[in-house]
Amino acid sequence: MALINPKKKEVQVKIVYYGPGRGGKTTNLEYINKKFRSRIKSEMVTVKTYNDRTLFFDFLPFDIGMIKGYTIKIQFYTVPGQVKYNATRKLVLRGVDGIVFVADSMTLRQEMNIKSLENLRENLASFNKDLSNIPLVIQYNKRDLGKQGIPILPIEILESDLNSTLKAPFFPASAVTGDNVAATMKKIISLTVISLREKLDLGGK
Amino acid sequence: MDFTFDFNKNQLDSIENILEEELIGLGVECVVLIDLAGNVIVNLDNGKCEHDVYSLAALAAANFGAVSAMANIIGEEEFSLLFHKGENDSIHFSKIGSDLLLLTIFGKEVSLGFLRLKVNEANNKIKELV
Repeated sequence: MALINPKKKEVQVKIVYYGPGRGGKTTNLEYINKKFRSRIKSEMVTVKTYNDRTLFFDFLPFDIGMIKGYTIKIQFYTVPGQVKYNATRKLVLRGVDGIVFVADSMTLRQEMNIKSLENLRENLASFNKDLSNIPLVIQYNKRDLGKQGIPILPIEILESDLNSTLKAPFFPASAVTGDNVAATMKKIISLTVISLREKLDLGGK
Repeated sequence: MDFTFDFNKNQLDSIENILEEELIGLGVECVVLIDLAGNVIVNLDNGKCEHDVYSLAALAAANFGAVSAMANIIGEEEFSLLFHKGENDSIHFSKIGSDLLLLTIFGKEVSLGFLRLKVNEANNKIKELV
């Protein structure tokens, strides 16, 4: 849950980018870091392995100004997507307030998307959280690859694979070109802040 | 378990007083109380310290998780105390209760033994408050 500091009048909100390995989670944060530099007061923290894969997480703090007299500090995290790093994914999910699931549109990655979403559901369940009750946005990344002749899944198939019961807001996107990266981010911030409104009202008393 | 910490202003004031008295008074540069989700609960410094405490908190929580996994491998539940020594500055980590972590950043002029004693005293006092 978001941490409210009534003394500093500050709320720390944790949003996690989740999804299969090499799906573009880090690229999303890199784009945000570049595009919204004026709102980001510190460097993006990234813990990578020698071959440039995310080992622990990426961390990017982002200020969205004030709501009800409280400074809202959004803290974006990514998880390592590789299957073997599940312990780290669970660690990063601790205290999560909102999730962006970054799915890989490539036809080859269909199975990995489904497995990763299932893994997210299981990991949340270990914290007694239900994926259907947490602010969630799904991003279908790498749509630009279609134009390069690389087989990608139609949105309808991705929706039926991943979002048929969740019915979460979704965006076709390309993290490399930045297409819909900001839209995804704005949507998850808005859903998460709305979900925290009740808690903020309490904190504001 | 997930985290549902909420601190009221009085609790935060009391925690700040304890940290000020026990640790800043001892000459440490910076003290940060965080939860294991990586949130900063209280941060205090000696006025000369400009560290990015939010990034530090995120990394410290992850580091503590990784070290706890190492502890499990050798049959320990966790290592409740960690210490990273640098050339000029060092970081001391101490677990408080089940979900909080106290980070203390200090220079060469502070004795580690005395610091541990003071951290322990602060730890006991904070535990009574939360």
